[in-house]
Amino acid sequence: MTRRAPLSLAARLAVAAAVVAVVLVLAYARSGSGIVVSQAVLTGLLLGGVYGLVAMGLTLIFGVLDIVNFAHGALMTVAMYGTVLLASHAGLDPYLTLLVTAPALFGIGMALQSGLINRTMGSSLANQLLLTLGIGLLIENVLLLSFGSEPRSVAVGYAAPLRAFGAVADLTRVIAFLGALGLAALLYLLLQRTRVGTAIRAVAANPDGAQLVGIDVRRMYVLTFALGTACAGAAGTLVAPFVTVEATTGELFNIIAFVVVVLGGMGNVVGALVGGLLIGLTEQLGGVLLPEQSPLLAVFVVFVLVLFLRPQGLFGRSS
Amino acid sequence: MTLLSVRGLSKSFRGVRALHDVSFDVADGRILGIIGPNGAGKTTLFAAVSGGVAADAGTVRFAGQDVTRWPDHRRARAGLVRTFQLMRPFGAMTVLDNVAVAAQVRASSRAAALAAPDAVLDRVGLARYRDQRSTELPAAELKRLELARALALRPRLLLLDEVLAGLVPAERGPVLDLLGTLRDEGITLVFVEHVMAAVMRLSDEVLVLDQGQVIAAGTPAEVTGDPRVVEAYLGDEAALASGDDGDDGNDGNDGNDDDADDEDPETPC
Amino acid sequence: MTAAGTGTHTGTRTGRQLLVLVIGAAAVATLPFILPPAQEAVAVRILIFALMGVAWNVMSGYGGMFSFGHAAYFGLGAYAGGYLIVRHGVSPWIGMAVGAALAAAFGVTTGFLAFRYRLKGAYFALATFAFAEMLHLLALSFEPIEAAAGLNVPLLQGSSWWMLQFPPGSPNYFWAILALTVLAVAATIALLRSKSGGYVIAIREDEQAASSLGIPVMRYKLLTVGVSAAMTAVAGAFYVQYYLYINPDLAFGSAVSIQAILPSVIGGIGTIWGPLIGAAVLGPLSDVTATLLRDPPAALAFLEGRSGLDVILYAALLIVIVLALPKGVYGALRSYFARGST
Repeated sequence: MTRRAPLSLAARLAVAAAVVAVVLVLAYARSGSGIVVSQAVLTGLLLGGVYGLVAMGLTLIFGVLDIVNFAHGALMTVAMYGTVLLASHAGLDPYLTLLVTAPALFGIGMALQSGLINRTMGSSLANQLLLTLGIGLLIENVLLLSFGSEPRSVAVGYAAPLRAFGAVADLTRVIAFLGALGLAALLYLLLQRTRVGTAIRAVAANPDGAQLVGIDVRRMYVLTFALGTACAGAAGTLVAPFVTVEATTGELFNIIAFVVVVLGGMGNVVGALVGGLLIGLTEQLGGVLLPEQSPLLAVFVVFVLVLFLRPQGLFGRSS
Repeated sequence: MTLLSVRGLSKSFRGVRALHDVSFDVADGRILGIIGPNGAGKTTLFAAVSGGVAADAGTVRFAGQDVTRWPDHRRARAGLVRTFQLMRPFGAMTVLDNVAVAAQVRASSRAAALAAPDAVLDRVGLARYRDQRSTELPAAELKRLELARALALRPRLLLLDEVLAGLVPAERGPVLDLLGTLRDEGITLVFVEHVMAAVMRLSDEVLVLDQGQVIAAGTPAEVTGDPRVVEAYLGDEAALASGDDGDDGNDGNDGNDDDADDEDPETPC
Repeated sequence: MTAAGTGTHTGTRTGRQLLVLVIGAAAVATLPFILPPAQEAVAVRILIFALMGVAWNVMSGYGGMFSFGHAAYFGLGAYAGGYLIVRHGVSPWIGMAVGAALAAAFGVTTGFLAFRYRLKGAYFALATFAFAEMLHLLALSFEPIEAAAGLNVPLLQGSSWWMLQFPPGSPNYFWAILALTVLAVAATIALLRSKSGGYVIAIREDEQAASSLGIPVMRYKLLTVGVSAAMTAVAGAFYVQYYLYINPDLAFGSAVSIQAILPSVIGGIGTIWGPLIGAAVLGPLSDVTATLLRDPPAALAFLEGRSGLDVILYAALLIVIVLALPKGVYGALRSYFARGST
């Protein structure tokens, strides 16, 4: 196998930017309309921010616990239903429910990790993957059994279209994007600037070493899983106003988040956010380039290419 | 006749030079010992000669054929077989099956494949563990298993990566005797070893590596007198000249250090 | 992988396994004379499950390559069979063969890429998932196979083994899938007994060591994937023929990949009988829950007409197995009774 000299981070970002530029030109050529392209870019970036938030939770769990979490999307759906119920029955503003759903999901995450997943730490990859798959299926189908297969939605009183560069964005999507960015920044600060964050990063880097310096590794696992799940919960609430809420809605986000996590580098929180934006763009522009195919196809093509060519992700160091 | 001929072998890992322009020959039926301080590139050299990693430059010729581009499994079938320093049994299999898998690779017939493993187990002294799971073997016996699997391939040349590492002195003698027998049977041996007494006792020739380069080559006596060799070993394993038996007790650890320092040949690009 | 190994020299054991298989199959073959016709559908579903599980087990249990994308092979088999019979009236047996060849080719090609780029563990599983999802998405908009609407297999008059169609309630369907499953198990036993089987296990245990012993790792990994993919495709082709309908979700959906994984996990990964036991446990679950919910007892009255309970049971079972019996039901029993004698 030929070995190429590793590219610097700046060079890699430049390559990514160049690819985006080429795709934009192609999309313009294909659609013949600047508005179509700018609409796709806007929608892609807005949704990409949310993908980034979902993926940040997932990548945190992967980086620290080394678990491929298939329950992430189902947990996100739990928060969506939470928002639906609180908004429609208690009359809360959907965004206010964030104060309930994110902590609730944090608690659920703690319970799952300390009750179930901690027991399989250190066992085979297949076991952990199957366990989270089982949890995900269980949650999803309990939701299906409880709420039925009829889709739900959340009404936002002040929803209004915003215009920019000829493109239209719904206010709810803009709020979701900004909310995701804000929460991502908060998570980043938590990891970088607090003692707990430092402990979590120490466990990610070297669990045995962390144990030696007196960090309670199992507790950090619980905390990390809870934090990751809270991210999924917050994302669920943020998207609830503009998606149809069904038991399987989160599944799609879970899949996309896997792609984003690999793209951004497993365990890389900032990479997840950038990866989320890129995948949001990929999805929308892919839809413009291949109008007869599902927009997700482009996402999977990118996924496989990244797996093959840069399994450590765009922003990871080669291991 | 020259059985193995290595010319100008070089290999870098992400800019770090692991091997630089290494050349040597091994004649049929001889024993070559390779020594060098930790991180000298011995493990990489083995990997490159056996085909586990592709060299950046240089050629490897074996039994008159240029095998430089051959993958490791093809070299093994041709009779150029390596063992690993860390014991790597096929854990789910019995001791017998571990050997049988290797025997089948070279077996001409089913009958031969069925008979060979037992003979090999007898020869290395593992017959009584025949039907045990390989993971249940003690460390010393795992070393023998590693050797048994390689022998089941009926090699012409064996590359032995620290067969003595992890063995207590009392366990070394029998293994060394076994290596002597193998040579008498016509198998050419190339071995990397930390236990200096073993190198001096067994080798016809010795190759000294330091920082990826050959710094000395010759008979054991010639090499021990070479000032560059002494210098390379200062601070690492100072007792080269007095290397009769003064190195006991630390070789097992050395083996592990070496593994950590040396570049991992499995690193994906 | 928590799988137990298999000997290359255990001739008597192989003979015993084949004997158990033949006797077991003969006993199961009498079921249509005993079971009420309604239960036969359950038995057929169990066997489809079992065939998928046996196939997955070859690649992921014995081969150690964890696949989360067996839906790709199942769907290729289903659509090859369905397309050939619907558009060209070709016998499903030929459709099965074509589907098996297609799936094997797809598995080998994608497998080659994945191994060439050294994907392992989670990355490999995600790659198999991505390939299956790609086929899923492509099928959803591929007109020659009716895209999302799905393919309907035309109903024939009368009964024909060649066209694999029988009057409703005929036990022939059951015997057909039983024969296919038995063949797949026999093929697995034969593979494990052969030289190749020893190589496959050796590669699973330690790829680098296997390679250094002269085993061409890539070739045998691809062989394993190809065999597994072909078997799964046969299950897919039979599925279409039995239910007379296929659509992209039923063929390529991730639920199919999960169905391929579950029998082995529940029964015992990397064991001959595990997938069969797992399928026998899983197969009836959806019928039991459907019956329960159609006419629920008073305590469960609020569940009437709801769906999801069957998957809840699968999922709960999966969680319990992973936590309590990581070697599966058969694996745990075997370790319990025959400690050490593999």
